[in-house]
Amino acid sequence: MEIPYTVEAHPETGLNNGKIGIWLFLTSEVMLFGALFATFIMLRLGSDGQWAHMQEEAELNIPLATINTIVLIASSLTMVMAWASLMRGQLGRFKLFGWATVGCGGIFLVIKYFEYTAKFAHDHFPSSNTYLAIYFTMTGLHALHVIGGMAWNAYFTGPGSKLFHTNRQWLTDRVEHSGLFWHFVDLVWIFLFPVFYLL
Amino acid sequence: MSDHADLDKTVRTYILVFVALMVGTLVTVLAAELDVSVPLAITIGLFIATVKASLVACFFMHLIDEKRVIYWALALTGAFLVALVALPLLTSVIDQLGHFTSGGGAEPH
Repeated sequence: MEIPYTVEAHPETGLNNGKIGIWLFLTSEVMLFGALFATFIMLRLGSDGQWAHMQEEAELNIPLATINTIVLIASSLTMVMAWASLMRGQLGRFKLFGWATVGCGGIFLVIKYFEYTAKFAHDHFPSSNTYLAIYFTMTGLHALHVIGGMAWNAYFTGPGSKLFHTNRQWLTDRVEHSGLFWHFVDLVWIFLFPVFYLL
Repeated sequence: MSDHADLDKTVRTYILVFVALMVGTLVTVLAAELDVSVPLAITIGLFIATVKASLVACFFMHLIDEKRVIYWALALTGAFLVALVALPLLTSVIDQLGHFTSGGGAEPH
């Protein structure tokens, strides 16, 4: 039995299954990170003026975080370029941009690794204070999303790209959906960066 | 032919959005150096972040040209998100008001 509306749009919504599925998933992600941002606000407001002191003590590395922001934004560009390449039927360019996206994710994680290990070397742990607790929770959860997005993109750029020869539209749609997740991860970082490092 | 021309235009838009996001990142970092009060610094920082996030959502995530059902799902999510963030803020404001009206000592819970 064939599953309907995997590629063609459902007449009621005008969307295929994958598109509606990924957007519903992203709405749940908005609530997940929204709850953590609300927690952040509560912790900051309830810190009795200690927040600036805890932030100063944490000594977060602003230049590294700025580089990471640039890397993630660049990865969003390579992601849409990968999708556009598939739309044009250029498998080689799709793979080039796809792997560039995965590579940018890898660079982001390596920089994050250096940031975390520098914190641990200075005895800065999630248990040290509420600032570091929410910092590690939110950036850690975000890093897990980066790993998930990398795995997803690596699959479609690598073994999953065989679908190009049998059902190109299906592959294009799937890449668009993984791109939506990847852009969401970028979008979350756009808020995490100023909230933790600059303000 | 027309599809290819449209795609070329879309790719040009992606590059422009990328440049705007880079400029936005630079402005965010520079704005953090301004000697302004904390509430104003937070307002400026979050405003720039919101503009950048809107660019990503509208162009990279194609929300500028999406089906109505997606807009409805996002509007509903937005409403719940506002409630989620506003409720703790509201309790904090009420707490501050209580602290203010009682002359410095909030009621013990």
